[in-house]
Amino acid sequence: MKKVITLEEAANLVKDGMSIMVGGFMGCGSPHSIIRTLEEKKTRNLTIICNDTSRVDYGIGKLVAAKQVSKVITSHIGTNRETGRQMNEEGLEVELVPQGTLAERIRCAGAGLGGFLTPTGVGTVVEEGKEKMTINGQDFLLELPLSADVALLSGAKVDTKGNVYYEKATRNFNPVMAMAAKTVIVEAREIVEPGEIDPNHVVTPAIFVDYIVKGENFHE
Amino acid sequence: MNKERLRETIAKRVAMELKDGDMVNLGIGMPTLVANYVPEDIDVTFQSENGFLGLGLAPTDPESFDPDLVNAGGLPASIRIGGAFFDSTQSFAIIRGGHLDITVLGAMQVDEKGNLANWMIPKKMVAGMGGAMDLVVGAKKVIIAMEHTAKGNPKILKECQLPLTAVNQVDLIVTEMAVIEVTDEGLVLKELGPEATVQEVIDATEAKLLIPEDVPRMKL
Repeated sequence: MKKVITLEEAANLVKDGMSIMVGGFMGCGSPHSIIRTLEEKKTRNLTIICNDTSRVDYGIGKLVAAKQVSKVITSHIGTNRETGRQMNEEGLEVELVPQGTLAERIRCAGAGLGGFLTPTGVGTVVEEGKEKMTINGQDFLLELPLSADVALLSGAKVDTKGNVYYEKATRNFNPVMAMAAKTVIVEAREIVEPGEIDPNHVVTPAIFVDYIVKGENFHE
Repeated sequence: MNKERLRETIAKRVAMELKDGDMVNLGIGMPTLVANYVPEDIDVTFQSENGFLGLGLAPTDPESFDPDLVNAGGLPASIRIGGAFFDSTQSFAIIRGGHLDITVLGAMQVDEKGNLANWMIPKKMVAGMGGAMDLVVGAKKVIIAMEHTAKGNPKILKECQLPLTAVNQVDLIVTEMAVIEVTDEGLVLKELGPEATVQEVIDATEAKLLIPEDVPRMKL
């Protein structure tokens, strides 16, 4: 039962300057309560790894807008005007990664792999600085693993051991990020006793989860 | 042609490319409209890269908007009977792994070699590639759905000027003026839009067009 902590305790595990992976796709499936607590605590100088930077008033986009982020590694920034503005005017560092490559780099880190070869990005600026290999006549880029200090995730039901069940389209990057950070915190919409989630329905097994926190707001 | 008629023309014509049983990803914006014109006698499955197959039309009743169920643009969506949710690594295994029959995307520029640019304008607009680079590399058929020109300037060029999304991946270009096929010999004018003449298409296109003797009008 030691895994269940408060929102305050969860936010305290995130220190200034850390790299954090954040689940969610345009805020759908993001840990909104933890994000709000980080906003209140003014944790800063964060490196954010997330599919997108959402909107200025939703999900991880709020931390960008509050200038708590110094670098983002993401596939899309077009829906958050602050990300582009800070990149152009205030030196926010933005590393754009094709979405499938972002997911797979994270999976590599979690799965103990040294990298992978993808055809995505060949012949584009994405290949700059990367090793290109030709396998059976096709060109591939060598992409390297991507890990983080902390992963902040969201699940619909989480048991006190840390098994996670997701609802609908909220799954997205959450399961893969659960494998790739030193400390993994899942915000639960509902915390249940072990056994209340059918093992057949567990998507993220407890072995990947360090802490569970009860969420308070799910879509703000 | 007014904007509404133009978008309808393009979406309707793209929908005619869909076949019974096809697995299809529609990009954000105009490509999304294609879903409204799927012939009733065929079964097409749409993939949403944020993590599901069986994407349905947006709920019409705002009360039934479920924040856990959004499309890749973060907008309200629905899932059809027989659909399935999955995480981002599986979503991009579907995309990159050649399991999609068709992807339909918008574009800023396309060229004679089937190169495509649709994710950034240096020093002006950086949206990020999102899933586009993976989609165009992985899908069996890449269809570009776009207006023929931008503010009167050609978008179908000899060579793309903007940073590329992918090299030599485009198969078909559908605009309000024309259907153009990308072949090893170059761009072939296959059909004319409802109001266009061959000469008008040539004038609005920078790339060299191969013109067959008979160019039929789109049968919308």
